[in-house]
Amino acid sequence: MGRQVTGAIADTSVFDLRLSRRGRRLNKLCEALCSPQERDAFKRDEEAFMSRFGLTEAEKALIRKRDFQGLIDAGMNIYSMLKLGSATGNGLYQMGAQMRGETYAQFLSTRKISDAR
Amino acid sequence: MGRIVGGIGLSHVPSVGPVVDRNRTQEPAWKPLFDAYIPVREWLAKIKPDVAIVVYNDHVADFSFDKYPTFALGVAESYAIGDEGFGTRPLPTVAGDVELSTHLAESLVYEHEFDLTICQELAVEHGFLVPMNLCFPHAGNSWPVRAIPLQVNVIQHPLPTARRCYRLGQAIRSAVEAFSGDARVVVMGTGGMSHQLQGKRFGFMNESFDQWFMDQLESDPESLAGITHQKIMQDAGAEAVELIMWLTMRGAAHGKRVHRHYYAPMTTGMGLITFSDS
Repeated sequence: MGRQVTGAIADTSVFDLRLSRRGRRLNKLCEALCSPQERDAFKRDEEAFMSRFGLTEAEKALIRKRDFQGLIDAGMNIYSMLKLGSATGNGLYQMGAQMRGETYAQFLSTRKISDAR
Repeated sequence: MGRIVGGIGLSHVPSVGPVVDRNRTQEPAWKPLFDAYIPVREWLAKIKPDVAIVVYNDHVADFSFDKYPTFALGVAESYAIGDEGFGTRPLPTVAGDVELSTHLAESLVYEHEFDLTICQELAVEHGFLVPMNLCFPHAGNSWPVRAIPLQVNVIQHPLPTARRCYRLGQAIRSAVEAFSGDARVVVMGTGGMSHQLQGKRFGFMNESFDQWFMDQLESDPESLAGITHQKIMQDAGAEAVELIMWLTMRGAAHGKRVHRHYYAPMTTGMGLITFSDS
C-alpha cells in the first residue's frame, strides 16, 4: 500500500503530523476549552490564558483577530477550532463564511436549506 | 452465540444534537432527516439488537493530540457523556457490555492481530451520540441497547487505510460470531458524507460522489475498500474521509440493503444506509 495523500488539494488543508506539530500550542489551548472552568478562565482573561499555553506573539495575534484561516494555516485543527469558536461566540458557519471570504448572510444564501442549523 | 443482525452507515453531524435536545426535530428544515429514521427504528424493533458497536471518531474531546490512537476500543461498564467544548448534553450515561468488549479485545488482538488501544474509561461525544440519538433514542435514564465505542483516527494523518478499516469490520464479524454469550449485535459506521469544514472550500459537498459511495458500499465493498484518502478528500472534501468508518460497518454486516436516504441541506451530505443480516 502506497501513500494515501499524494498531492495538494486546492483550498484545502490536510491535517497531518507536520501541521499538528506546528499547531501544538494552539491545539493544547483549544483542548483545555473542553472544561467549563477553563472556558470561564479564557473568557475572563484571554491574554493570560494564551500566555499560559506559551503561544508565540504571531499565534496570539491570530486569536485576537479571530483569523480562522490563519489559525488553520498555523496548525490549529478544525475540531479544536470549534471549541475556540464556541468560547468566542463564533459558530462553525460564521467561521466558515470568514474562511470563504464572505459575510455570514452571503454564505447562508449559498445553502439549499439554511434553516438546518 | 453472538450474531451480527444488522449494519448501519450514517452521518454524525453535530448540529443534530441540539436539535434533539431542544425538540426541534419536526421543524421543516430537520423533519426530512428525522423522518428517514422512523422506518429504521421500526426495523430495529424487529431485529432486536442487544448491543450496538459504534465505529466513530472523537473530535478532540476525550482524546487529544498528545496521544491520539488509531483504533481504540471501550471495555467499560458505562461511558460518560463528554464535554467537547460546548457543555455536556443532558443525556443518560451509556451502558456498555464488558463481556462482549473483553471478548472483542482478546479476539481482535490475538486472532486477528489488530493492535488496539484499550479504554477502561471513555467519554463519548457527537460522533458517537448523534447516531445513537437517531437510531436508539434514550428514554428517561437509559438507552434501549448497550453500546461499545470503537474510536478511529480519521482526523490526524496518517489515518488507517480504507482497506484496514474494512478488514477490521471483517474481524469484528468473526469475533462476534465466536462469542460464547448471547448477543444480537448491530454495527454502526458513522461520519461523512461529503463535507469540508475549512479553507476556501468550506461548505463543499458532492452528492454524486456520496450516491456512488453508497452504491459501491452495497454492491462491491471489497473494491470500494481500495479507495485512497486522497480520492475521498479530493472528490468529497477533506472531512469526508470519515467515510472509511462506513467500511468497517460493511466488513462486519453482510446481507441485503434495507434503507437508504440522503439529505444535504447545509454543509454536509447526510447519508443513511442499512443492511439486514438476518
